[in-house]
Amino acid sequence: MKISMFHLMPYRDLPPDFEQRYHSVWVDPPWWELADAERVGQYYNWTLDELVYAARAGLDGMCTNEHHQNAYGFMPSPNLMGAALAKATNGLDVAIVQMGSTLPTTNPPIRVAEEYAMLDCISGGRLVAGMPLGTPMDVNYCYGIPPIEQRERYREAHDLILKAWTSKEIFAWNGRYWQLPMVNPWPRPIQQPHPPVWVPGSGSITTWDFAIDHDYCYCFLSYFGGQWAQGVVDGYWARVQEKGKDLNPYRLGFLQLVAVSETDARAEEEYAPHVEYFYHKCLHVAREFAFPPGHHDWESLLHMARTRGFGALTMNLREMGYRDFVKQGCVIAGSPATVRDQLREVIKRLRVGNLMVLLHIGSMPHQLTLKNIDLFAREVLPHLRDIWDDEGWENHWWPQRLRAPRQPQPAAQ
Amino acid sequence: MTESVAAGPRGLFLEVWQGRLRASVKVAGQGPPLLYCHAAAGLRWDDFLDGLARHFTVYAPELPGTGDSDPHDIYQLDSLWDLVLVLGDVLDALKLQGVPLVGHSFGGMVAAELAAHWPERFSKLVLIAPVGLWREERPVTNWMAVPIEQMPSLMFRDLSAPAVQKLLALPQDQEELVLAQAKLVWALGCSGKFVWPIPDRGLHKRLHRVRVPTLLVWGRDDAVVPVEYAQDFAAYIQGARTLVVEGAGHVPQLERLDQVLPAVLEFLRG
Repeated sequence: MKISMFHLMPYRDLPPDFEQRYHSVWVDPPWWELADAERVGQYYNWTLDELVYAARAGLDGMCTNEHHQNAYGFMPSPNLMGAALAKATNGLDVAIVQMGSTLPTTNPPIRVAEEYAMLDCISGGRLVAGMPLGTPMDVNYCYGIPPIEQRERYREAHDLILKAWTSKEIFAWNGRYWQLPMVNPWPRPIQQPHPPVWVPGSGSITTWDFAIDHDYCYCFLSYFGGQWAQGVVDGYWARVQEKGKDLNPYRLGFLQLVAVSETDARAEEEYAPHVEYFYHKCLHVAREFAFPPGHHDWESLLHMARTRGFGALTMNLREMGYRDFVKQGCVIAGSPATVRDQLREVIKRLRVGNLMVLLHIGSMPHQLTLKNIDLFAREVLPHLRDIWDDEGWENHWWPQRLRAPRQPQPAAQ
Repeated sequence: MTESVAAGPRGLFLEVWQGRLRASVKVAGQGPPLLYCHAAAGLRWDDFLDGLARHFTVYAPELPGTGDSDPHDIYQLDSLWDLVLVLGDVLDALKLQGVPLVGHSFGGMVAAELAAHWPERFSKLVLIAPVGLWREERPVTNWMAVPIEQMPSLMFRDLSAPAVQKLLALPQDQEELVLAQAKLVWALGCSGKFVWPIPDRGLHKRLHRVRVPTLLVWGRDDAVVPVEYAQDFAAYIQGARTLVVEGAGHVPQLERLDQVLPAVLEFLRG
């Protein structure tokens, strides 16, 4: 079992009535009204400190991702963060999990090949190469790509990056969206033939097929926990079997919000406002931004129209409180024993080998985040590491030199 | 002629683009041929087209990917240039030459591109609330960013007009409804390839090449492409006439059918 800490880097001080006053947390939240650059500088530094703290405390990897124009999580360049993390964790057996550079909007896409290779070199071969399609908010609204081109651009960028990493010859790329006369990136990654590839997704069958056909790790990045994910994950594993692949649990990555305290009651006291902040404010995305026409391909669109209708939400987040989120498993929160038991159950039920835990949630302050990381690393993590050991699977989707279990380490203060 | 086309248009499929596309064209009416380019949400055979079909044989090609064409056909096109040339293939296959051309909204932009590309191929041009130009201080509304339930009030100033009510009527059958909605969203996605994020692919550099008599039709209260754009189109197209329709929004030909249809027919026949 590999367990990494994911960080979104949200704005931690939105006003209490944010979701009533503003249209959307993404694309059009007014910076000049809501944000302060000095404070944001502090957040970035806290974010880096929190991830490095998690690495020292014993987590297996540190995950960052790319988003634009929002207060929900704004690392427009995850590789800037990744570079700082790689440097700060040299000597530790910790993966740099970039979840990562958005392929359709990185122009030209060999920039991803180059920056990931830089990170792999700086970190001594510890990179996991996430290859996200990107959200409609980021790709279509913030970066102007026509929705219907997003997947085509993604596939071309992916093919180009892989060829750039692995080709022994300098080549010309005559693509539909990009043309390059002499592709020969410096550097190339340490990991050969290339770093492990993870494909984040939100449940579309097109993305499953892409990940399975290329033998990549598919990561279901949901904020709604193991109960809600069951249908999607069942569909994924069924598809894996249909395509004749093995049921290696490391084929699946899954994101889970986790909050640990001394007791269940204490967890509620400490984390409730931050969990509610996350679901009420950070996920306050205008519906039209999330579903621009053309973003779903024809098959997915028809499937959606037949099964759940257009834009129909299954949960009304604003009317839910901390206890609802905990009860529905969106957040796993409580004492170490509670969190251990529930996480173990979710991991086994969904068959997850590469777990990502969101240990900083919404408005959570720095000190509380460190406490969450510390308790998780000491009281929860050691009990989960061996979950798949009896089945004897190899985690092909983890940097080769980090595949052995990490030795338990005291948390650095 | 007063032939009724209540049965709706007939469908025609044409192998074009070296056999890579099976273009869908709807045809109705009798009389001399006329080419119609539909709006972003796909072709709907409405009362305005019915009115035109009483005097012309209306040929309405569907944007590849939309309507009755294969949904994946949109991936055969890389750019607006490809779209113009595919429509050139369609015109060739239909042997249309020297015909009047009518386009609405997104289809207005397509029609303007066609007329700029092949000024000799068309006899007259009617552009109804076309997109294609951009004024920074008065931007065109991004209709793809409007929640679907707000679409009608964005499109129409007068929702009560009978032709509008007819257009907005939903199919009763559940499966038909689902398919119609999916096709509408998909059509917006397909046309989005040529207008997202800003519906300006450089038409202003080419519009001067339109050398046929042109009529611009605009609703006074157009909330998608503000009526000021009529002046811009008129400035680029020599001799263009402008009809501004009071009390109408982005679809004046349905909101004020009784006014727009006769004016368009008079222009086309005059």
